[in-house]
Amino acid sequence: MPVYNEKVMDHFMNPRNVGEIADADGVGEVGNPVCGDMMTFYIKVKDDRLEDVKFKTFGCGAAIAVSSMVSEMAKGKTLEEAKKITPRAVADQLEGLPKQKFHCSNLGAQALNKAINNYQSQKKTGGKKK
Amino acid sequence: MRKVYLDNASTTPLLPEVREAMMPYLGDVFGNPSSLHDWGDGAREAVETARAQVAGLIGAKPEEIIFTGSGTEANNLAVKGLALAQTAKGKHVVVSAIEHFSVLHSARTLEKWGFEISEVAVDKHGLVDPEEVRRILRKDTALVSIMQANGEVGTIEPIAEIARITGEREIPFHSDAIAAAGTIPSDVGELGVDALSLAGNQFYGPKGVGALWVRKGLRLMPILDGGIQEGGRRAGTENVAAIAGLGKAAALAKSDAVKRVNQLTPLRDRLLKELPAKIERVVVTGHPQNRLPGHASFRVEFIEGEAMLMLLNSQGIAVSSGSACTSRALKASHVLIAMGISHELAQGSILFTLGIDNTAQDIDYVLETMPPIVDRLRQMSPLYSKFTKASKGGK
Repeated sequence: MPVYNEKVMDHFMNPRNVGEIADADGVGEVGNPVCGDMMTFYIKVKDDRLEDVKFKTFGCGAAIAVSSMVSEMAKGKTLEEAKKITPRAVADQLEGLPKQKFHCSNLGAQALNKAINNYQSQKKTGGKKK
Repeated sequence: MRKVYLDNASTTPLLPEVREAMMPYLGDVFGNPSSLHDWGDGAREAVETARAQVAGLIGAKPEEIIFTGSGTEANNLAVKGLALAQTAKGKHVVVSAIEHFSVLHSARTLEKWGFEISEVAVDKHGLVDPEEVRRILRKDTALVSIMQANGEVGTIEPIAEIARITGEREIPFHSDAIAAAGTIPSDVGELGVDALSLAGNQFYGPKGVGALWVRKGLRLMPILDGGIQEGGRRAGTENVAAIAGLGKAAALAKSDAVKRVNQLTPLRDRLLKELPAKIERVVVTGHPQNRLPGHASFRVEFIEGEAMLMLLNSQGIAVSSGSACTSRALKASHVLIAMGISHELAQGSILFTLGIDNTAQDIDYVLETMPPIVDRLRQMSPLYSKFTKASKGGK
């Protein structure tokens, strides 16, 4: 499979942090209607830090590898640090993505961001959780 | 690890007998078929032998065969060349919605050149309704082009019935038989068509060679300008070795036709029956019965084709997918969309195309390897967790 480099293949074949968090503090879902990829991120927050990050992804090898990498990059970071993770940074950590996959499958950072925003808006409005 | 090649729709392997037939023309017999000396004679004899062999496969006259550089070129020559030669009749061209891009994009080019294109819709099995073709035909229809079988979903089209309709109106009818010829009978007399394309690498011949058959008397405009090779219909020095290989492959496809179909059909039927039985929410795409003998295509819900393809490859199994992610254009397969399959469901496209090297053990291996791969991807899929939650909630 020469389309993807070894790092991407590793994250595709052995994705980190797959799953859901039943009592998540924030959930973020993004979908790309063009190519059909879909990612859902679940976060657990403690002392303003991402204590746990899990994801589920519907999509190609790149989409799964991106999700896995984002979860690994985000874990343990403060919310503000995690929000600064960009698609470019994710692709760099993966040592490159095929050009045509960069925009389509690189939605992990966006999904994580959504999950953090979801958590923060709940906190502001004194939402259901906590 | 076991290696199982199930992507014969992309290309078949080269048979050893075919390679043997090609070798002299990659060695001592290197002449140009157009040359008048002994060196040229040897090459010319090879090309003419192959022409007779290809003609024999499809029940045509040798002088009606035009060798091309690929199946794609044969389709380009047919669609553009026939339409351009019929402009006295009109500038309306009919194609089906599930044609290969070499036909569809040729039609698009004709549109830029002032032709009008009509696309015939297909049903959920990918079948063209001949009556629908009849309704679309016009007084100024210059050409109809509908494939004999679709390489992505395996459906075999009712070509003979469509040919009766075009024949009544004397409208030239081309059929792209690239996925079919050499695999199922493509006798041009029985099909009743006026032109037919085929390609070597679909029936154990070499890549980079195809052929177009055009009924004697039907005018064709060349699309390459140059010398008078191939009766002035396709310029360019012939790829002698590849043509010799195509000829040999055609001869073998004819003599082994029944044997091959009898070998492939039961293997295919096991996949068609047992994969959906073993894994929930797996649906056969294409026609359930009326399909190519080695062709088993499915859509697997909640997961994506490229991911399946890669995991199967890691287990030594080669397949294809029509998912958007596997296409370089990142577009869902136009074939699946034309069959009314949604973009989301088309993402789960996967096809197993069998060849004469495959055995019952290969199928056992696929049936045992596929379920855990699907399960693994589904455990990662947000669509699948929504589905399982909804079905639990419903109970």
